[in-house]
Amino acid sequence: MSTDSSGVLCHHFDNIQQQQSAARMGMWLFLVTEVLFFGGAFVAYTAYRIWYPEAFLAGSSKLILGFAAINSVLLLTSSLTITFGIHAAHRGDEKMLKRFLLVTILLALVFLGIKAKEYYIDFQEHLIPGTLFITPVHEGHPSPAEEFEAMGVNPGHVQLFFMFYYCMTGIHVLHMIVGVGLIGWLYFLATRGYFKHKERFVYVEVTSLYWHFVDMMWFFLVAILYAAGPHKSLF
Amino acid sequence: MLVANIPILPERASEQAAQVDYLFYFISAVTGAGTLLVFLLLIGFCTAYRRKTMNDKTPRILGSHQLEIFWSATPLVLFLVMFAWGVVVFDQGFAAPADAPEIFVVGKQWMWKAQHPNGVREINELHLLINQPVKLTLISEDVIHSYGVPAFRDKIDVLPARYVTTWYNPNRAGSYHLFCDQLCGTGHSQMIGKIHVMEKADYDAWLEGKRPVKEGPTDGSLAWEGRQLFMKLQCSSCHNAKGRAPILEGIWGTTVPLKDGKTAIVNEGYIRESILHPKRKVHEGWEAIMPTFEGQLSDPTLGLSEEETLIRLIAFIKTLGPGQTPVRTEQFPPPIGAKTELGEKK
Amino acid sequence: MSTISALHTANHHAPSGPAAKTNYLTDGYSWKSWLLTVDHKRIGIMYLVSVTAFFLIGMAAAGLIRYNLISPSGMLTADQYNKVFTAHGIVMVFLFLVPVIPGVFGNFFIPIMIGAKDMAFPKLNLLSWYVYMAGAFFACYALLIGGVDTGWTLYPPYSTRSSTNVAPVAVAIFIAGFSSILTGLNIVVTVHRMRCPGMTWFRMPLFVWAMYATSLIMLLATPVLAVTVSLLAVERLAGIGIFDPKLGGDPLLFQHMFWFYSHPAVYIMILPGMGIISEVITCFSRKNIFGYKAVAWSSVGIAVVGFLVWGHHMFVAGQGYYSALVFSLLSMFVAVPSAIKVFNWSATLYKGSITFQAPMLYALGFIALFTVGGVTGLFLSTMGTDRHLHDTYFVIAHFHFTMVGGMVLAYFAGLHFYWPKMTGKMYSDFWSRIAAILMCVGFFMTFVPQFVLGYMGMPRRYHQYPPEWQVLNVLSSAGSTVLALGYLFPFTYLIHSIFAGKPAGSNPWGATGIEWTDTTSPPVTHNFEKLPVVTEMPYEYSLPTAPKPTFSYDLPTGDVAKEEHTHVH
Repeated sequence: MSTDSSGVLCHHFDNIQQQQSAARMGMWLFLVTEVLFFGGAFVAYTAYRIWYPEAFLAGSSKLILGFAAINSVLLLTSSLTITFGIHAAHRGDEKMLKRFLLVTILLALVFLGIKAKEYYIDFQEHLIPGTLFITPVHEGHPSPAEEFEAMGVNPGHVQLFFMFYYCMTGIHVLHMIVGVGLIGWLYFLATRGYFKHKERFVYVEVTSLYWHFVDMMWFFLVAILYAAGPHKSLF
Repeated sequence: MLVANIPILPERASEQAAQVDYLFYFISAVTGAGTLLVFLLLIGFCTAYRRKTMNDKTPRILGSHQLEIFWSATPLVLFLVMFAWGVVVFDQGFAAPADAPEIFVVGKQWMWKAQHPNGVREINELHLLINQPVKLTLISEDVIHSYGVPAFRDKIDVLPARYVTTWYNPNRAGSYHLFCDQLCGTGHSQMIGKIHVMEKADYDAWLEGKRPVKEGPTDGSLAWEGRQLFMKLQCSSCHNAKGRAPILEGIWGTTVPLKDGKTAIVNEGYIRESILHPKRKVHEGWEAIMPTFEGQLSDPTLGLSEEETLIRLIAFIKTLGPGQTPVRTEQFPPPIGAKTELGEKK
Repeated sequence: MSTISALHTANHHAPSGPAAKTNYLTDGYSWKSWLLTVDHKRIGIMYLVSVTAFFLIGMAAAGLIRYNLISPSGMLTADQYNKVFTAHGIVMVFLFLVPVIPGVFGNFFIPIMIGAKDMAFPKLNLLSWYVYMAGAFFACYALLIGGVDTGWTLYPPYSTRSSTNVAPVAVAIFIAGFSSILTGLNIVVTVHRMRCPGMTWFRMPLFVWAMYATSLIMLLATPVLAVTVSLLAVERLAGIGIFDPKLGGDPLLFQHMFWFYSHPAVYIMILPGMGIISEVITCFSRKNIFGYKAVAWSSVGIAVVGFLVWGHHMFVAGQGYYSALVFSLLSMFVAVPSAIKVFNWSATLYKGSITFQAPMLYALGFIALFTVGGVTGLFLSTMGTDRHLHDTYFVIAHFHFTMVGGMVLAYFAGLHFYWPKMTGKMYSDFWSRIAAILMCVGFFMTFVPQFVLGYMGMPRRYHQYPPEWQVLNVLSSAGSTVLALGYLFPFTYLIHSIFAGKPAGSNPWGATGIEWTDTTSPPVTHNFEKLPVVTEMPYEYSLPTAPKPTFSYDLPTGDVAKEEHTHVH
């Protein structure tokens, strides 16, 4: 059995390659479960989209494509910065690693801020299924339900669309928050000299895998939620 | 069937029930034989090969390809026979004969409301004429229930917002259990009743006692009640020869073209959907101007829930023949604020 | 790596001496040493204690169910009864059946069986236990604040409108499910990456194959349950949701999503039990497993095909004729691998040298009762008969035969087989055999009448029933008291053995497998003194080098032999 005074090799592994390989396999398997988790919601969404296409397109056209576009750029860039972080970790360069991790977190936080603003706008427009949906925004204006009814679209079905919108983007937001937490934890470890040992780059790598998954999931959400319906303009 | 006064097989009240029983006996025989074989092997081997000495030698048997194939293929073939026979039996219970009279059943927490085409209503009971195939169309007003009749070996989940159908051809007089078979709340096990299958004489006698008494020209049928509702709800103000909405005479069972290019068969589901959500499947060639009646159909004075009103309207449209579209009379003036002619308000 | 001294053929030389050194149990006595342990064996024991507690809660609920059904008008109120059977289902399925063998024997033995020092992710393993306890806490909280009355299947629209505490239960199921995902993940990576030299896939014990297949299901199916209960919880909390017919939502969608997990879930529950049976049958008949590869692949086959059959729970639900056809057909295929296993186990007995200690009694009981349970599934997967039998006591009898007559008996087989290894102590041979027999008899008495009631048409989840069915119900309730008695016995003699049982020795049963031949009883914290190297297939009981049992067979008090079987390296 190899001994390791630095503590990089965990006691139950025989060599560092085994440890790194296990970490990667573990993360890939976890991501498979995440695919099935989101996949369940995607299948449900697809069923309703097939049954109620006009309502879903009408609902989608109320979403702000511009915010989705900005957020996509932010998230994609953050996937790039975390990848640069892996390279820094490969070299044992903790200073650069910390910088890249920080930038990734900042980009994610801006994303979350824009999402919060977007949710707030949705709330102001009463695009929330339930009582708000049938309540006019101002006196004398139609409620969203009445608006959709006038368009010839079933407001109940539109509310179904919005349920999916909030649930799926909400679950995505939760995953992003967890991701920010993980990257923050890596940053914290980097301040303590954890990544001086180059073998530990693999932990940045598997976290980046998770982050890329969150990124990819976002693009799927944009495609099915934001880009489904017609939009006259980005904002 | 009783064994020592304990019932172990249910009564059989239809030919379909008998078919299910035969299939059951077949599966029981096959699986019973298989299980017995396994039991005998276990008991036999355990007896014959129990340990005799501390130093028993056992042969090093690793397996046998032929045996594996044999005991994979044989069960599979037997299971597929069960599957095929099961499909045949299931088929028989699935689609009613085209001319079978239709009884509507509405389930709600925690009772079953049956509506015969002749207008008779029953609660938690269903009287059927022996040897007369009958189709049931069921819907729930709240949660999922299930209409189960062990004597017919039949059950069907009853869903909200969607019709489901089953059918029976009872061939034995008697009273049989009716159960709700899908957990629906506190009263689930009280949502039970009786199916009474009767010979013609008894059935007629029962019918006599149930004839509703109404004033004026009446036959009291479900379709007649639907006609009254058709007028009360002002359906005839558009569905007439003036060209605002399709004429409904003779439309039942036909296939109509829809605006999106698809077609639809005019059946219970289509009519229900068109009344509650008229913009979903608009008839090609007509504008989507029909208002929705969702939430406006229950009638406390007549003691009808929304689903029960829909059932009557459907029963009426089913029977509506040429020249029979009712004309609005003063017996049912339009409600305050309703449009009578285009643009005119009362 | 000191390969020369490390090269130690795993050929039945048990480590010498009784448990004089520190073992995993004595390696620290503080609360912290247990609650912050990363030792897979200690985690297994922690699972053992917690699943036992939840099994008792589930048993109590079962007792109340059978108590209610003594009288046709019900001994409890309808609301109480609805809450009791829901509690029984939720606790037994999510807090016992799903986690028990993976959590207890999976954690304890998989690393040892493949010659590893621990699971791939020891800290994640500990986290799995804590997450499981969190889910269990939520479930108990929901029960204590008034329970849920929707049945464990939580079908909307009733579950979205019920006045009971559906949202906490949905959250509980989500959290417990997450624990099972983490356990499955750990097992898969461990089996892929941590096998010792010489431990090829086809030299692994069949228990590991079964656990691997189970873990695949846990990983792939549980997330769908997670999203389903999440959407249900959202609908409860928001008052509006995607299953609501008023919005155009489809309650049937819930059923599809729910059963997409819950059908594979029954294979999560039974496959580990089947793995145990393979270990026990071979040891107590002193023979190789008949058809090792067939049994190994059949586990994988059950896992794969099990994903394709969920619609057989919905034949009369309104899913459409052709869907029903496809699901019924595929269900016929999923029955075949289980049949293969039963025949292979039976053939293993042929020309064996068989003894009937408690593990073997449980294993034989399993084969008999699981066979009945399995074949009664055919009545339900056949569309024509299911139309009559769906949602009746026939279904209840079917799944109790497989889950209780099958899975729980397999669990007790494993408990009795591995108890000497885990604790280093031997329990009373006599009382353990009595308990096994009591359990099988009590089980039969409880559930056979339910097949009859089911064909008669008695619906499930019925608080009251027609009086002519009272005799059968009373018979069933009487049987359940015998069954409960059977369950209580192991509590007494197993706990007694911890304090006063004779030392078991490292291999009392003379079993093959690294866990018996290369570890002490109880094992040391790092599992092995020397890293094993594997050169032969498992279950080589017929070779002259097979290990010998160290207990005596004399009935009625078959005690562990006075002297220990020692070897010199």
